[in-house]
Amino acid sequence: MFLTYLRRELRNRRKQTAVVAIGLAVAIALVMVVSSVSAGVRDAQADVLESVYGVGTDITVTQNAQPGEGGGFGPGRFDFDAEDGEATDDGTREIAQERLRTSPGTTAFDASALDTVAGLDDVTGVAATLELTSTSFSGEMPDFDQLSEAGEPGAAPGQAGDGDGQGRGQGGPSSFEIDQQTITGINPAADAVGPLTTTEVADGRTFEASDTGADVAVLDAVYAEQEEIAVGDTITVGGTDLEVIGTVASTTGEGVETAANVYLPIDVAATLADMEGQVTTLYVQVDSSSNVEAVSTAIGAQLPDATVSTQADLAEGVSGSLSTAASLVSTLGRWLSVIVLLAAFGLAILFTVSGVNRRTRELGTLKALGWPQRRVVGQIAGESVAQGLIGGVAGVALGGLAVLAVNLSGITLSGSAGAQIGGFGGRGGGPQMGQAMQDAAGEAAGGGPAGFGGGGGGGLTGTVSDVVLHAPVSLWIVVAAVGLAVLGGLVAGVVGGQRAARLRPAEAFRSLA
Amino acid sequence: MYQIENVSKTYTQGKRTVHALRDVSLRIADGELLSVQGPTGGGKSTLLQALGGLDRPTSGSIMLDGKDLATMNDAGLTRVRAETVGFVFQNFNLIPTLTAQENVETALVPMGVTKADRARRALEALESVGLGERADHLPGELSGGQQQRVAIARALVKNPTVLLADEPTGNLDEETRDEIIDLLEGLWKEQGLTLVMVTHDSAVAARTPRRIRIAKGRLKELTGS
Ligand SMILES: Nc1ncnc2c1ncn2[C@@H]1O[C@H](COP(=O)(O)OP(=O)(O)OP(=O)(O)O)[C@@H](O)[C@H]1O
Ligand SMILES: [Mg+2]
Repeated sequence: MFLTYLRRELRNRRKQTAVVAIGLAVAIALVMVVSSVSAGVRDAQADVLESVYGVGTDITVTQNAQPGEGGGFGPGRFDFDAEDGEATDDGTREIAQERLRTSPGTTAFDASALDTVAGLDDVTGVAATLELTSTSFSGEMPDFDQLSEAGEPGAAPGQAGDGDGQGRGQGGPSSFEIDQQTITGINPAADAVGPLTTTEVADGRTFEASDTGADVAVLDAVYAEQEEIAVGDTITVGGTDLEVIGTVASTTGEGVETAANVYLPIDVAATLADMEGQVTTLYVQVDSSSNVEAVSTAIGAQLPDATVSTQADLAEGVSGSLSTAASLVSTLGRWLSVIVLLAAFGLAILFTVSGVNRRTRELGTLKALGWPQRRVVGQIAGESVAQGLIGGVAGVALGGLAVLAVNLSGITLSGSAGAQIGGFGGRGGGPQMGQAMQDAAGEAAGGGPAGFGGGGGGGLTGTVSDVVLHAPVSLWIVVAAVGLAVLGGLVAGVVGGQRAARLRPAEAFRSLA
Repeated sequence: MYQIENVSKTYTQGKRTVHALRDVSLRIADGELLSVQGPTGGGKSTLLQALGGLDRPTSGSIMLDGKDLATMNDAGLTRVRAETVGFVFQNFNLIPTLTAQENVETALVPMGVTKADRARRALEALESVGLGERADHLPGELSGGQQQRVAIARALVKNPTVLLADEPTGNLDEETRDEIIDLLEGLWKEQGLTLVMVTHDSAVAARTPRRIRIAKGRLKELTGS
């Protein structure tokens, strides 16, 4: 009888059933799309973060450079003396210089911080890196001696683009090149945490514990290809020749660059940069996500000068269309689905209540026939739950299609993370901006003859990653969506049914039917 | 069957108080057939609803087989309605989306009768009111007289000891009215029911052995019993 009655009522009031079900379906579909897209965006953010910070890193510890402090602020400054390099006959001097500094905006700190952090509760792994930027200048400069002899003051030799300067001052020709590499020193013995955890060996091999102290390097595969360096070749960093033992590629996606161009054993890197006993970044792994906050607070207390970033902080540092998508989804999407959901619930309740009011007489009759109140409310609730179920299933189908459409359309989000490490220059690196800033830095450098100002402070270490948005639909979302619709129906039914079923039959008959 | 003592019912609507029943006392014997007449607004429906446990009086007692409906809790009244009393409403009050048979079955729902039993008994009840072949029709597809027969079948399917009919012929033409009264009379004789029938129709009342009249909430015996 319950089901017969229920079916008849729903069929009899097809329009109402359809309106309520469609309302719920749209709301459910929207909730589904929003939640799966935001899951997709979160995954994408995690991908971008992982490509920079490695898998399993919960907290990073860095230290910001103070402006004016010797450390690596900006790409560094080249000071050329008139005596530098070798004079040539045509009035120029050939000059080659390399600066190996900490990455812009960061400064190194004492390696003892590693043990301090490792000693904290709930910390399961710490790895230290020394992240450096090598900026090299090579080229010909006007020979100032010869210039002054000719009575010409040193003038701007010309403009340069993309770091390659080709200019001709009045006094003499000059051409030069600015090269920048990011170099990360890592502990060859520790591979559980750190930037190499999201890489895989593309060629050769990666570090082994025995590489400690050895003049060897592992290169980013993309960088190696660009620079046409192969395994077995030799590269020069800080005036020392290093053997390239392997290349690594990002596991995030095809052609994605890893966190640095060149990886060295950390002690070698420290020696080359003349920074023994110093590190720039700690990668910290915490035993459970619920302890991350506590550990990060504890690190902050132990290392007052340090910048402690959790994954959540780091996620905020992801910039580009990815972060736009994330904020769009989290604000607009969430509010929209809350509003639509409320509207759908309201609609369902309104329709159910008005439907029940029209049936007061009928429900009074059932009570007069000895139906217990529970049974009457149950019948009404059953009807609206069924409506909710129809709406929920339709909503899941609709939402599934919408999510499928999102996934098939292959929306590409790009994000860059890592500018945040520098701190300075803020979020300078927008989408694809990291590269642009590097170019800009090169241009700025090309502009002056001697002594280059720090170009773009931030963004130099920014790794830009393109991630195709994949919005996953979890079983949980489907269950929650249908559950939500059913709940909507139940609330509507109980609210509506209770009102009518509370009436005594005699009163119910008096109501206009 | 019924022993009604000093029953009053007042409705308060805002500041106004309506005395629908004033100090009504009445005894109804087992198996009695009783008609209630009176002007509109006199309190006939109010009395019948009190007898059927559809509402409680403001004061007084209504003993039904030794139990007082006036003080009984909701669950108790629901049981009385489900098991003891059959009610026929003035305007049929059939569920429009259910077929004749299903409408009759609704009366068996609270009794916990099995599905097969329910169908069988409903069909039998419909046959006993002469509507066996209309079991699958919706109320909208039936005439007024046929609908009232369905309502009567619904009231009787649970084999109640009391049948309360509130103007069962109120909406019907004379011919149909007589058919329905014949039917009720026949069922009353056959099943040994106690039958209380409200009617404003003297022709109907004239056919019942005992008649009472309620006007302005006061009861008056018309037959000398
Ligand atoms: N729920 C209620 N609220 C307020 N007044 C009520 C209520 N029910 C009945 N009344 C009043 O009680 C009085 C008796 O009503 P009742 O329905 O018993 O009359 P009736 O004799 O059945 O009339 P009719 O022949 O028109 O059906 C009327 O004045 C009516 O307005
Ligand atoms: Mg009446």
